[in-house]
Amino acid sequence: MTFQLFVFYVLAAILVFAAGRVITVRNPVYAALFLVLAFFTSAGIWMLLEAEFLSITLVLVYVGAVMVLFLFVVMMLDLNIAPLREGFMQYLPVGILVGLIMVIEMIFLITQRYFKADNYPIPPPSDAGYSNTEALGLLLYSEYLYQFEIAAVILLVAIVAAIALTMRKRPETRYQKPAEQINVKKEDRLRVVSMNSEKD
Amino acid sequence: MNNLHVATPEIFLLVAVCTVLVVDLFQTDKRRVVTYWLSQATLVITLALCFGQLGDEPVTAFNGAYTMDSMSATLKCWILGIALLGFLYSRDYIGERDIQNGEYYVLGLFGVGGMMIMVSANNMLSIYLGLELLALSLYAMVALYRTSSRAAEAAMKYFVLGALASGMLLYGMSMVYGATGSLDLATINNIIASAVEGGSDSDESVYRSLGARFGLTFIIVGVAFKLGAVPFHMWLPDVYEGAPTSVTLYIATAPKIAAFAMVIRLLVDALPTLHSDWQQMLAILAALSLIVGNLVAIAQSNIKRMLAYSTISHVGFLLLGIVAGTAEGYSAAMFYAVTYAFTTLAAFGVLLAISANGYEADELVSLSGLARRKPLLAMVMMLSLISLAGVPPLVGFYAKLSVLKAVIGADFLWLAVVGVIMSVIGAFYYLRAIKLMYFDEPIADTVEVSETVGTDTTKDNEAIVTSAPSLSGPIAVRGDVGLGLAINGAAVILFGIFPGLIMAACIRAFT
Repeated sequence: MTFQLFVFYVLAAILVFAAGRVITVRNPVYAALFLVLAFFTSAGIWMLLEAEFLSITLVLVYVGAVMVLFLFVVMMLDLNIAPLREGFMQYLPVGILVGLIMVIEMIFLITQRYFKADNYPIPPPSDAGYSNTEALGLLLYSEYLYQFEIAAVILLVAIVAAIALTMRKRPETRYQKPAEQINVKKEDRLRVVSMNSEKD
Repeated sequence: MNNLHVATPEIFLLVAVCTVLVVDLFQTDKRRVVTYWLSQATLVITLALCFGQLGDEPVTAFNGAYTMDSMSATLKCWILGIALLGFLYSRDYIGERDIQNGEYYVLGLFGVGGMMIMVSANNMLSIYLGLELLALSLYAMVALYRTSSRAAEAAMKYFVLGALASGMLLYGMSMVYGATGSLDLATINNIIASAVEGGSDSDESVYRSLGARFGLTFIIVGVAFKLGAVPFHMWLPDVYEGAPTSVTLYIATAPKIAAFAMVIRLLVDALPTLHSDWQQMLAILAALSLIVGNLVAIAQSNIKRMLAYSTISHVGFLLLGIVAGTAEGYSAAMFYAVTYAFTTLAAFGVLLAISANGYEADELVSLSGLARRKPLLAMVMMLSLISLAGVPPLVGFYAKLSVLKAVIGADFLWLAVVGVIMSVIGAFYYLRAIKLMYFDEPIADTVEVSETVGTDTTKDNEAIVTSAPSLSGPIAVRGDVGLGLAINGAAVILFGIFPGLIMAACIRAFT
């Protein structure tokens, strides 16, 4: 067994364990933390596949941003997880059945004549100076420039739409208008009433 | 990378939209007059740029991701022209409702950009991204009418079903990519053609053609969703009804042209070797659309829903041309898409003109006695509806005729028979609307069917329309809107008598 294979098996074992714990632990915070572990381990596996850019992006974006945000939400909301877990045992047989069917389908597909793994040879390992990030960047900014720009426009539309749909003045919210507060005159607030003094 | 200039219209449009977006920030005017004129100017200049490309030699740019050919140049001109008139008709409608005017124009322009990208895409990825740009703008435009709960519901439905359809399409594209290893339409065509030729001799050619056929099925589902062909039409009536009429106009017109171009790019440019496979699928979709669209439209009392089902039936006709699978059929379908778009534009334009003054004209009865209230509107509406029904000498007749001719030429006689019978049945609901306009009395003002118009509740509650808009009196129409509608109605007659003016360009696109 080469060292690479050993590393792969260790990472794969951790990944399977972490992924299993995500759906079995009771506490949502623990589940989120296990998900972080699962992401991190898959980043390691991608690193083994010489896809270092994707692996780093996975850590930066998913572990660094998305999961932290998710943890934040879980902690802030103080979810009561008990109702979500109700009927876990009840649905378990169906879940296992679905899982089994998926495994059988995958086995069929992989062992089929046309989709056999032998049809797809292992790509030769790249040399030490090869940079995956550079290769991706070159493609993205040369061959796929047009698509890259359109994707940027789509993001812009998403931002415009999100702001247009959420930012508004709610009629029920009360606003302070400092200018009016400063310019207020005595007459606006105070009413002098002349009345006869009461006797006895 | 040395022929960037062929994409000048797109580049100009996107730069101009960003400018409009920034300029709009500094507007305090609620109706956004400056934004409106800037948007129209953007469309006019882009139209001029596209017009200049008509008749140029086909060129690709951006490493084959973008193509400028006869079809794309022609369709872009139509899309831009229709968007221009659409903004003109929508202006008063959105101005007096609680719709964010600035964002409406900006998103509309972005949607036009998406359509142009779809029309001139030469690569699976560009098609998909263009489609998403258009779809995202449309979802947001439907939801912009925030005080209307129906609009919110329609936006939600549209978003969920649209996302599902995009997912299907992307799934199909990824399968085709898996089978061919390329995103470029021409390369996909070459690889699949050689794989199909290889037959079952080698494993490689079998899994290539098998994978492409799998992908094709999902692509057809996605495309049918976007076009609104039965049985993937469920979103269409709800969205048409719930969306503000100005947005319904936008959805119902130019995007149909873009969707047609997408079908041509995906099926005719990339997968022509699988023609016998997709022909059968499209034939079933077309027949079902014709039947369901026309029959269900009869039962509608809401005019926007009626036009939605009418759209479904016209999508059936459009698909007939593609089913034929000949150059003649494709150009007939292109003619159909273009003429359908500007005919529907006129119908929705009239609805918007009636809806101004704070009244929401979405029931059929709101057309009652229109001929007495505003003869011009009734005239344009009548021309548009008769053309949709397919009566000579209007343009809808020639469109139907050429599609039917193509489909009979391809030995699909039964489809042509279904098409003819269904369009005769369909004529009923168009004629009913015309009868309402010309032979019925205007509904009395006491029968109040309008809903309160959403107004800007933030500062002055007294702005809520206090006097109910009159339903029997004459309708005031702005001069430019009237002129636009008159030109639009005249086009329906003119191109009906001289269909060659459009047909020539359509034939050139497929030779």
